[in-house]
Amino acid sequence: MAEPARPEPARPEPARPEPARPEAAGPERVTSAEQIEVSIREAQSEVLPRDAGRWAAKVDRLEVEQRAGMRGTNVAGRRLTGPVQGFGKMWQKTYRMTVGDTVTPEAAIATWKAHFPELWPKGNRFAGALTGISPGDVALLDLAIGGGVKLSTGVFVLYADDDSFTLMTPQGHMFAGWITFSAERTPSATAVQAQVLMRANDPLYEVAMTFGGHRKEDQFWAQTLTALGEKLGAGGTEVQTRTVCVDSKRQWRNARNIWHNSMVRSVLQTLAAPVTALRRRAHSAG
Amino acid sequence: MDGPMVTMDVRHVGDAVAVVDIKGEVTSACEPILMSAYEEAGGQGTSRLVLNFAGLEYMNSGGIGMLVTLLVRANRQRQKLAAYGLSDHYREIFELTRLDEAITIYDNEASALVGVAT
Repeated sequence: MAEPARPEPARPEPARPEPARPEAAGPERVTSAEQIEVSIREAQSEVLPRDAGRWAAKVDRLEVEQRAGMRGTNVAGRRLTGPVQGFGKMWQKTYRMTVGDTVTPEAAIATWKAHFPELWPKGNRFAGALTGISPGDVALLDLAIGGGVKLSTGVFVLYADDDSFTLMTPQGHMFAGWITFSAERTPSATAVQAQVLMRANDPLYEVAMTFGGHRKEDQFWAQTLTALGEKLGAGGTEVQTRTVCVDSKRQWRNARNIWHNSMVRSVLQTLAAPVTALRRRAHSAG
Repeated sequence: MDGPMVTMDVRHVGDAVAVVDIKGEVTSACEPILMSAYEEAGGQGTSRLVLNFAGLEYMNSGGIGMLVTLLVRANRQRQKLAAYGLSDHYREIFELTRLDEAITIYDNEASALVGVAT
C-alpha cells in the first residue's frame, strides 16, 4: 500500500534582498544609529535574568534611618566590605541542622525571615526595615560584647529569594564578608543552614576572633539555629558546625581598616554618652 | 535534586592564558565544575585566567562566594584573574560585592587578553 503523502513542512520564505537605497545623509545616519542603540537597550532590559529582583541595587555608601531603641551608629556613610576588603584569615563556617520532612525549604526561610530578630541570642538586637528582609534593606545591630558595652554596627541585605537570603557587612563590622541563610530538601528531611564567608575586618578584630571570637560566633549561630528549629517544631536537633580556612594569609594592605573599627568606636561612644546627652539637652533647651 | 545547570569549557589562548567559557547558572552547587575547569586551565603553567560570562544566565550569592574562593586559589598560584562578557546587571553585582576590585572586568575577550598580559 502506498503511504499517504505527507504534507510538506512549512519552509521559511527565502529572504529577499532589500532594494538598494540611496546612501543616507549624515544626520539621518546618526538618528538611525541612535535608534539601533535604543533597540539594543530595550532588548537587553526585556531579557533581564530571573535573579534580577533578588539582588540589591548598587550602593556606594549605606544610608539608614534611626530606629527606636537602637544606638544606630557606625553604619550611615559606611561602604560594604566583602572578603576581598577584609584583613584576617579567610574562613568559611557552616552551621547546619535538619528540621524534619514536614517543613518545606520555602516555609523554613519564610519563618526565618519573619522572625529573624527574635531568634538571636539574648542581649543582641537586630532592627531591620519594616518591610522585613528585602534586597537593599539595611538593619541596625546592637551586639553584646561584655562589660555592659554594646557594639553598634549593621548589615545590608545583599540577596534574597524564596529559599535563601544573604547579609553583607559594612566597614567597621567584626568581619568583612557575607552570611547566607538557606534551606534545601535532602532525601530524608529539610535542612537549614547559615554559612559565613569572612575575614576579620582589621588586626584588632583578628586578635579578638582568634582568642575567643570564633568560639563565640559558633555559639551565636548554633543558638540561632536551635531557636529556629524550635520555631519550626524541630526542637532538640543538633547543629553541625563545619569550619574551613579558605585562606591562611592575612591581607596586610587592609590593616588600616582599623580606623572604622565599630568596637573601639562603640566603647568610645558609650564612654562619651553622658556628655553627648548633656550637649543634646543643652542644644534643645537653647 | 537536580545537578548544576552550567558548563565551563576551557580554551588555552597562547602559552600562559586560559579562557573559561561559563554558560548557564552559577551557584554554589557548581563549585566542583568550576574547580575542575580551574585545574584544567591552570594545569599547563597558566599564569592568567580569563572568565567569560557572556553565557551567564543566573547567579545567586553562593555563586559570588564561589568566585571569591576561586580568587583565593588563583592568588595563591600568583595567577591573574579577569572577566568579560558581563551584562550590566552582573557587572553591578560585581561592583556591589566589590569583587571588581580583585577581578578586573573587561568589555570583551580582546581587551581582557590585552589587559591580563600587561
